[in-house]
Amino acid sequence: MKNKVLPFSIIIIFGIIFFIFYKSLKDSKIYTPDVNKRKDIPKFNTKEFFSGENMESSSIFELDKIYLLNIWSSWCVPCRQEHSFLMNLNKDNKVIIIGMNYKDNLKSGKNFLKELGNPYKEIFIDSEGTIAIDWGAYGVPESFLIYNNEIIKKYIGPLNQQSIDEINLLIK
Amino acid sequence: MKVFRFFLILILFLPLKLNAEENDKRNKITKNLRCLICQGQSVYDSDSEFANSLKIVVDKKLEEGLSEDQIYEYFKNKYGEWILYDPVLNKNTYILWILPLLIFLAGGAIIYKNFIVKK
Repeated sequence: MKNKVLPFSIIIIFGIIFFIFYKSLKDSKIYTPDVNKRKDIPKFNTKEFFSGENMESSSIFELDKIYLLNIWSSWCVPCRQEHSFLMNLNKDNKVIIIGMNYKDNLKSGKNFLKELGNPYKEIFIDSEGTIAIDWGAYGVPESFLIYNNEIIKKYIGPLNQQSIDEINLLIK
Repeated sequence: MKVFRFFLILILFLPLKLNAEENDKRNKITKNLRCLICQGQSVYDSDSEFANSLKIVVDKKLEEGLSEDQIYEYFKNKYGEWILYDPVLNKNTYILWILPLLIFLAGGAIIYKNFIVKK
């Protein structure tokens, strides 16, 4: 009897190990950020882009309104691509677009808006990139759809027609 | 005079020592944070925009007096557990932590049964 228990338990242990490794091998190893997780928006102090005046996040985002926070920078090439989509979205007037100017030179930032247009109702500065970290952002461009001080959806990378359609569907 | 000199040296070098400790702590934390937009690099190793901002945030949090665990918790909240190199014990990782221990115990039991009891 004793002799039978040992091989039997070894087989079971190896079976379990095999199952675990097999299962882990099947899992996707590609890191995919969670874009649908609802989160409260962070509180922060910052400066206004044009005037340089101090401002608080609570004065930007009001309850019961839909906002799209867009992180942009004049040195970011994909930001140029998505800018026309933001301009079109602004024309519809369904969503208030707020800009976060990320680690940018103010003069080039202003030139960028002069050249391509300004779809933003308000723009604030994130010169160190720390506010973006507080939002859980990875870099530029990135957009957050916000309702009732809650992040509803996050778009990593430039917006395209597909994401604009999705936003229009979400805010209906 | 000697005592005075001793204190003078102590006063001059104490901030350096404290600064070094703070730096060690910051390095330790940033080494355990994964740079999410880089390939196989920690925040400490990377010079990307993302990693540089993260380093500033770590400095700010340390200045605010947050502990190492609190800082990890903050980043975990923002980016998920993937940002930590050192996984914490939870329902997804318990096998990772317990399996080596189980194998060690099972191996020990086999050795004990076969070699020590037989003698």
